[in-house]
Amino acid sequence: MDKTPELNKELALRKMRAELEGKRGQLYWQSLEEVSQTPEFEKWFEDEFPNRKDLLTIDRRTLLKFAGASLALAGLTGCRGVFLPEEKVIPFVKAPEEMVPGKALFYASAVTLAGYATGVLVEQHEGRPIKLEGNPDHPASMGALGSISQAEVLNFYDPDRAQNVTDKNGIATWEEFQKALKSQMESRVATGGKGVSVLFGAITSPSMGDLVQRFKKKFPAAKIYSWEPSGRASVTAAVKAVTGKAGVPVYDFSTAKVVVTLDGDFLSNSDNPGALIYARQFSKARRVTGKTGEMNRMYAIEANSGLVGAMADHRYMVKPSEVYSAACGLANALGVTAPAGTLNGALKKDIASIVKDLKANVGQSVVIAGEHQPAEVHTLAFMINNALGNVGKTVKFVASPEASADYGTLEDLTKELSTGLVDILYISNSNPVYTAPADLKFAAMLAKAKVKIHLTGTPDETSEKCDWTLPMAHTLEAWGDARSFEGTATIMQPIIAPLFDGRSEMEVFSNLLGESRGGYDILRSHWQVNGMGGADFEKNWRTSVHNGTIANTASAALAMSTVSATLPPVSAPSSGLEAAFIPDSAVYDGRFGNNGWLQELPRPLTKVVWDNVVTLSPADAAELKVKTDEMVKVTTAVGEIEGIVYVLNGQAKGSVTMNLGYGRTSGGTLATVGISNGGDQGGGFSSYKIRTSKTPAFTAITAITSLNTEQHLASTQGHSPLGGSRIPDKRDVIRVGTLEAYLKEGAEALKIGQSPDKEEIEKGNLYPEEVFEWDGDQWGMTIDMNACTGCGACITACQAENNISVVGKEQVGKGREMHWIRLDRYYTGSDENPEVVWQPVACVHCEKAPCEPVCPVAATIHSHEGLNQMVYNRCVGTRYCSNNCPYKVRRFNYLNWTDNQEQFTKKTVPINTRVIPGPIREPKSEGIQLLKLLNNPDVTVRSRGVMEKCTYCVQRISEARIEAKKAGKPIADGDVITACQQSCPSQAIVFGNIANKNSMVSKMRTDPRSYLLLEELQTRPRTSHLAKLKNPNPEIKSAMTEEAHS
Amino acid sequence: MADKRINDLFITGDQTYATIDQSVGRLVLDPKAHTTNWFKWLVVGVMGTGLMMFSIAWLLFQGTGIWGNNVPAAWGFDIVNFVWWIGIGHAGTLISAILLLLRQQWRNSINRFSEAMTIFAVMCAGLFPLLHTGRPWNDFWLFPYPNILGMWPQFRSPLLWDVFAVSTYFSVSLVFWFVGLIPDFANLRDRSTNKYGKLAFALLALGWRGSNQHWHRYEQMYYLLAGLSAPLVLSVHSIVSFDFAISIVPGWNVTVFPPYFVAGAVFAGFAMVIIWAIPLRKYYKLEHLITNRHLDWMAKITLATGLIVCYGYFLEVFFQWYSGNPYEFRLLTNTRFSGMYAKFYWALIVCNGIIPQIFWWNKARTNVWSLMIVSIAVSIGMWLERFVIIPMSLTSNYLPSSNKPYYPSFWDFGMFAGTLGFFTMLMILFIRFLPMINIFEVKDLLYKFQGKKEYVEGQLPVEMN
Repeated sequence: MDKTPELNKELALRKMRAELEGKRGQLYWQSLEEVSQTPEFEKWFEDEFPNRKDLLTIDRRTLLKFAGASLALAGLTGCRGVFLPEEKVIPFVKAPEEMVPGKALFYASAVTLAGYATGVLVEQHEGRPIKLEGNPDHPASMGALGSISQAEVLNFYDPDRAQNVTDKNGIATWEEFQKALKSQMESRVATGGKGVSVLFGAITSPSMGDLVQRFKKKFPAAKIYSWEPSGRASVTAAVKAVTGKAGVPVYDFSTAKVVVTLDGDFLSNSDNPGALIYARQFSKARRVTGKTGEMNRMYAIEANSGLVGAMADHRYMVKPSEVYSAACGLANALGVTAPAGTLNGALKKDIASIVKDLKANVGQSVVIAGEHQPAEVHTLAFMINNALGNVGKTVKFVASPEASADYGTLEDLTKELSTGLVDILYISNSNPVYTAPADLKFAAMLAKAKVKIHLTGTPDETSEKCDWTLPMAHTLEAWGDARSFEGTATIMQPIIAPLFDGRSEMEVFSNLLGESRGGYDILRSHWQVNGMGGADFEKNWRTSVHNGTIANTASAALAMSTVSATLPPVSAPSSGLEAAFIPDSAVYDGRFGNNGWLQELPRPLTKVVWDNVVTLSPADAAELKVKTDEMVKVTTAVGEIEGIVYVLNGQAKGSVTMNLGYGRTSGGTLATVGISNGGDQGGGFSSYKIRTSKTPAFTAITAITSLNTEQHLASTQGHSPLGGSRIPDKRDVIRVGTLEAYLKEGAEALKIGQSPDKEEIEKGNLYPEEVFEWDGDQWGMTIDMNACTGCGACITACQAENNISVVGKEQVGKGREMHWIRLDRYYTGSDENPEVVWQPVACVHCEKAPCEPVCPVAATIHSHEGLNQMVYNRCVGTRYCSNNCPYKVRRFNYLNWTDNQEQFTKKTVPINTRVIPGPIREPKSEGIQLLKLLNNPDVTVRSRGVMEKCTYCVQRISEARIEAKKAGKPIADGDVITACQQSCPSQAIVFGNIANKNSMVSKMRTDPRSYLLLEELQTRPRTSHLAKLKNPNPEIKSAMTEEAHS
Repeated sequence: MADKRINDLFITGDQTYATIDQSVGRLVLDPKAHTTNWFKWLVVGVMGTGLMMFSIAWLLFQGTGIWGNNVPAAWGFDIVNFVWWIGIGHAGTLISAILLLLRQQWRNSINRFSEAMTIFAVMCAGLFPLLHTGRPWNDFWLFPYPNILGMWPQFRSPLLWDVFAVSTYFSVSLVFWFVGLIPDFANLRDRSTNKYGKLAFALLALGWRGSNQHWHRYEQMYYLLAGLSAPLVLSVHSIVSFDFAISIVPGWNVTVFPPYFVAGAVFAGFAMVIIWAIPLRKYYKLEHLITNRHLDWMAKITLATGLIVCYGYFLEVFFQWYSGNPYEFRLLTNTRFSGMYAKFYWALIVCNGIIPQIFWWNKARTNVWSLMIVSIAVSIGMWLERFVIIPMSLTSNYLPSSNKPYYPSFWDFGMFAGTLGFFTMLMILFIRFLPMINIFEVKDLLYKFQGKKEYVEGQLPVEMN
């Protein structure tokens, strides 16, 4: 190569310059020789082993030296760890050097939803995060974890994630971006950042808040905004009205004996950031053990059908706009100063009893308004709580954990954009083009900004309209911090090095400040000064990272200073239909649209997957002459949408709930599945198109017209002419009754069906002997239907733990969903306002399992510990076991769900945008390879053609058994915790050894409320269900509960 | 029996051994006996077979999911078709074995092609259990073969019994059919003028010379095989019915299933024989061998077995009510009598219960059109019966939350239509290359008739009455 003749050198360089002229972009060249195309280079290039001479001349000693050195170097890489920057991460249980292949490590961290943190333990196998579990020490988790938070780990492996920095011309680099940004920002230091606008989501991160403050100082003329499609602005405003400071309420349901809800769903993760804790407290206050116990009583006033309404002892339905009126009515009845409200129907009849109940429990009740309800409802609720003596006891106020509480709103930003004076708009982790209310016309306004920069996890609708798209690091691969609903901060540690080229929100924002700092530095420098400082900083830091919480960081309590705020008058009741907008319980505001686990999580009440629906009450549907599956056009003052009708029992008349989060036009293969595949694969419609910024929770509908076409929804229960939502002919499937009757008459009072009594069954049994006489652990489970809130966290936990496939809308529509645990929803009472009973059903592990004798190849057999086991290897797939299973809990791999899913492989079509530079992401087949990293190595991945079902998390049993053997002790009660049990916020599921009479599960199993599902078939299930109890006010005639027993 | 309208004997016209040789043997030996119509039907059959092969290939490539099966209805068209085809085969075995043992010699002119139907139907039937499994390449695990794992099949499972029942049935039927063909092969060998045909028939005839000893051995073996086949008529479909009766699925767990299934199989089988016999005898001018009397008697058996089947339907309904089992009763009222699938139940009752009743009238039993319509109705009805029993029962569950509908897919119909085509192809090839009527047995029948005075006078032979 150095042979290029000197004489030709000048000539060659000239030629080279000519060659390079006009070339840019991806035509990279490796060396000058390559460009000049000299014969020497050609030869060198064509040679398969260009340096073979050196290899051949190497002597033995040198070779051995090299061999030794490479061995030593290989060892060194092991020391540092490929995934973990070892000097920074502190494992929850063990240090990384103790990493044992096959052994999971757990690290404390947190995941956020709309800014609010939930503490998690990240289960990591050989460097791969594979599952998120609740952190028992975290005040927003206490060990439980909702579906959305659990599914974050799937988001992490999402092949559609933003992988590169892109500018208008295609793929760019961070350096290019930083250079471009620097030139823009530096010139604006003099003007104080005039023309710079920044839009965030909700921020609870103290470090990030700090950065923003510093930014404000450096660029006083720059504008900061924050936008959450389902944010807590109204709550914060209401707390400000009563305390004088921006804050949020924190409830304590554990001591509340009476709960009144004013719309909203404090049990649902998508509605309230404290839902996990509230569910735990609430169900604990309803727990009845044996024949003793007290239960709280809940009155739900609802416009949408939610988990709260399903749990309520009395449920009243009002239109969303009339919740305020009803709240005023309640206040009037309680003697709280409020505008005159009106109460209608049953609520009017029962109000005296409700008031009496509330007054009898002074300081022991909660009146809680729905998060999305306007501020006045919250203010009024606080005033009522105050009047009832609850404030300071069951209701407390704390300073808002959100650093973004005082930032500008999206309306402000739109106004600013409309002036055309925004030179640089930096959008950080927000998708306003999709989520902005229709009346803001945000997309059009956005075009007026000169430079638009978008930091995002997945390229979405906003990215398409922006000049720069920056890949944001996932929570699991970046340092960060966030506060929980009551303010406790958590350091979020990276579990793995970034999969792609992502950087965290903080890191990128520091670029705007003209700095380029790592998240670790930013965090440490913040916490050194704020809260963890002093000589003990290192120790405190390590403890905080290890524990997943930072001690003493809960938000400061606020005192209620205004007991009687001025409230707006009640507007006249509207006569027409009203659209109600709530975040979807799975895909939330749309940000989880590309998450298969969440897309396929049956929505609690509708059981619909992969779509949002136009939820109509039966009465309204009859009036409009539409039925489920019919396409309708919904028109409001600001726009119209076309959606599929779902007639939901218990939906308030006049209220048309349309969940947010669907109708995505960009944002990944699954999010846009409706566009690339048509409605057959789901996709729904965007309710943002008819949402207004004035009243984001509801708006009047001008017309609903049928389009006279049908689009079949995929639903896992009750969506067919075969019924399935009600128990016919006195079957003994669910047991439910009132607490009063139960305490008086015993468990017989809870039977609503007929089943032969146990003695008679035993008499008819030809083989009355004990089936299991093996002296050892005998596994069993109990599911307390009284505690279950129907949230579905167990379904996602099971899916994550057991590598359960996502099958898509079409396949769910065919009845082939793969969830091992399902949440049956049964109605009793009228269609208009039924009572709901949740019944989680997984394989009940019958001692005499009907599936076993019919398998021709003995692929499903019994273990000596009483597990009904499925031997995947042996399964031929005759499916007879499924036919003969009376519980229908077996799931069959009809197709190759693991990596042959055509419906997920279609490419996203960019819509009406500039050309996105090619498919940035790798082809989906490669993406499936990426998803394989998510699999739990302890659980077999099933192939096409085999049956599968709940295993009682046998891998966890095995692990506990190994540990117990190593310790030379028997497996203690509580050593084995199944995935569903672990995630359950209300602790409805108990698992353990039923041979041990002192175990928790044995105690639950012998509870009078315990019964075996379909006991008359003599299958002898190992899972028993505990009957549900209702605690209606004896003064109020509960038609529903009575009907169930009539 | 003296009714003139059906006074039509088992062999009509002025028949001699030579005319029988000619009218049957001609169809094999003379290519001109088959016109383009034969070829058209062959094309139909080959196309159907192609559809079947394509459906199978796609199934093996994609998996069972190309069908409509789901949970709860893990069995659908696959098992419906299996049971239906197995049933079709039963008439052949009944005609050839049981009627032989009962010395019902009128069977001699219809047994050959009904036996062929048996074999082809079992071939079609066998495809379904083999292919309905999720991993068909592992099907051999259902056979008890010695292996180093010491892993045997699970002998308690009715599916395993099925494996034995169906494989035994197929092999016995095949041997029985072949043995019955030997004397005819020799006949054709002697009469064939085509070199290759002669060679082929010579090989198949296994050196048959028609000696007394040959006939003696033949008769012994044939009757022994008939003795072996006769219980199979009853056992095979009984065992198939155990697939359902052994389970705890409402609508399946019915004790009446074994006899009811066997009767249903004979019912469907005779209908299928009639469906094939009518056009064949017409087209190949075999009315003198397959006479109206044959059709009449087959129709009578159809009617009789149809009544047994109806009794089965009645018993099902009765016990679903009388047992007091709410799950069974719910299935009856909400899945069979009403509901989204009720039309199939009522169609079944019409096809199997009502339409065959016109066979009470003599005229209906000898009119080829009414015979054809009733037989087609019965074939459809028997298919519907399996549909009612299998997927429909599965959609109605103990836990109401599991109630989910079953919809077949294109490939379900593809497989079914494909096997119909495959069956047609095999039958069309059969009538071209093998004697579709048992030549020597018909001669035997003719010999017996010729010795009777009644025959000469145009009256029924006494023992035939």
